[in-house]
Amino acid sequence: MKLDGALAWSVRRELWENRSVYIAPLAAALIVSFAHLVSLIAAPARLAGAFDAVGAERHAALVEPYTFAMLVIMAAGVVVGIFYCLDAFYSERKDRSILFWKSLPVSDWTTVLSKAVVPILVLPLLTTAATIVVHIVMLLMSSAAMLMQGLPVMVLWQEVAPISMGVDLFYHMLFIHGLWYAPIFAWLLLSSAWARRAPFLWAGIPILAIAVVERLVVGSTGFVDMLVARLVNGPMRAADSREIMPHVNPVEYLGSPHFWIGLLVAAPFLALAARVRRRSGPH
Amino acid sequence: MTVISARGLGKSFGTKVVLDGIDLEVAEGRIVGLVGPNGAGKSTALNAIVGLTEYEGHLDVLGLNPWSSRDKLMRDVCFVADVAVLPRWIRTHQLLDYVAGVHPRFDRAKAERLLAATGVTPESKVREMSKGMVTQLHLAIALAIDARLLILDEPTLGLDPLFRKRFYDSLLNDYFDGNRTIVIATHQLEEIQHILTDVVFLDRGRIALSSSIDDIESRFVEVTVQPDMLTSARALGPMHEREAIGRSLLVFDNVPRGRLEALGEVRIPTLADLFIAVMEREVPSATGSEP
Repeated sequence: MKLDGALAWSVRRELWENRSVYIAPLAAALIVSFAHLVSLIAAPARLAGAFDAVGAERHAALVEPYTFAMLVIMAAGVVVGIFYCLDAFYSERKDRSILFWKSLPVSDWTTVLSKAVVPILVLPLLTTAATIVVHIVMLLMSSAAMLMQGLPVMVLWQEVAPISMGVDLFYHMLFIHGLWYAPIFAWLLLSSAWARRAPFLWAGIPILAIAVVERLVVGSTGFVDMLVARLVNGPMRAADSREIMPHVNPVEYLGSPHFWIGLLVAAPFLALAARVRRRSGPH
Repeated sequence: MTVISARGLGKSFGTKVVLDGIDLEVAEGRIVGLVGPNGAGKSTALNAIVGLTEYEGHLDVLGLNPWSSRDKLMRDVCFVADVAVLPRWIRTHQLLDYVAGVHPRFDRAKAERLLAATGVTPESKVREMSKGMVTQLHLAIALAIDARLLILDEPTLGLDPLFRKRFYDSLLNDYFDGNRTIVIATHQLEEIQHILTDVVFLDRGRIALSSSIDDIESRFVEVTVQPDMLTSARALGPMHEREAIGRSLLVFDNVPRGRLEALGEVRIPTLADLFIAVMEREVPSATGSEP
């Protein structure tokens, strides 16, 4: 990506306007780091307790705080992504700044792409980076506490394995939170471009309507099942359904038709959003 | 070279016709005043010209179709809308960074020079600025864009008279260079009439008068008629008549000046007076004449 191009500048502009995109994951990161510090001071015996266990049990006890930290930061990212999308095109019409943005030589398509890039690429990468930093900070804190208690620091680092956890997280965030959820973000962006007011409602009503009509007319729940599958299951879900963070194998992911179907659904939503934005104007 | 060419330009919102088939040609190097009462269709016409609204009819701006090529057109066209449109969350330096990043013809140093004369600082947020400062910021950005066509929709609303005068002076002296074309919509005629080369009066979506200032000066005459001459003056078919402190002011369209000089004091009407004359003449013809 050319860093001085209109797309790059527009993404930068999105981050200036929506500071919650990076403030929320950073705030979550700060909170979990602080909570970890407090727990190390308040309950120093817990770490030692983990070493009483062996094998898988010890692994689970040692890794648990790190998984929890990751989930908190991830959740912050998901919430921010949803609100960002619903607001993206709605606020520029509400404050009339759309008239200013459109008076510049930036196409509607570039603008739509810049807004789609935020939840699909920027947020997953930001939350990944924030989580990796938090993991290292937590490990350093725990290491210090363990050194004082005479516990084997190396075992902690081996069990938590921050590098492989970071790599897994990176794939998980990019492929599931970004690209697998892309049709959902694209739908929310389209609702935001299209709704005259309350984009949240307008995003939900068509989905509800389709589900109700399908249930009443055909008697089936295929649409809802499909949505649920998209929301909670990745294509790999069946293989390791008990894992909190399904292990993403990028090669398998790229080979899954569902992955590509999602992107194929996202594309027309975004194209429609560009069309709607072109028509949304000064009245 | 023709910069704007409109034929049968129309626009309706539902059943309300806002632009009723306008024909308009604007040549390069002109400064056109688009004048009309509120709701005459000025903003709609300008929005169509810059590709912000869909329209019926034919419209060609700098050789492009504005509706299908807005982003391309905006490289050469600069547009300032009639409402405050700068995003409230942005800081001045961010705004300048962004415009400099996306606009190949933006001269950041020039914008900063123009802003130096105002109270706008790089760190100020639009949200914290006064209405006048926001307008000054927007106009500084507009004047720092090396555009071939500058479109201003009520650009000086909410500004004090001193700044308005300075703005129009700098528009004429520093910005306008004979190759650029400027279209200004306003209903404050007094402050722009000295810079215009052409004027277009718009009334309920139609063009009531479209003329160069030179033609207006040779075509329209306002006569202060003494009461005893009133009957013979009326016989020459004035387009408009009004009373002012015991005298009658009659405006004539295309009546030889020699014949009017006998009736009283003769002069070229101001644009504001001409505007009133044209608008009030338009009223009966638009509603249909009595049988």
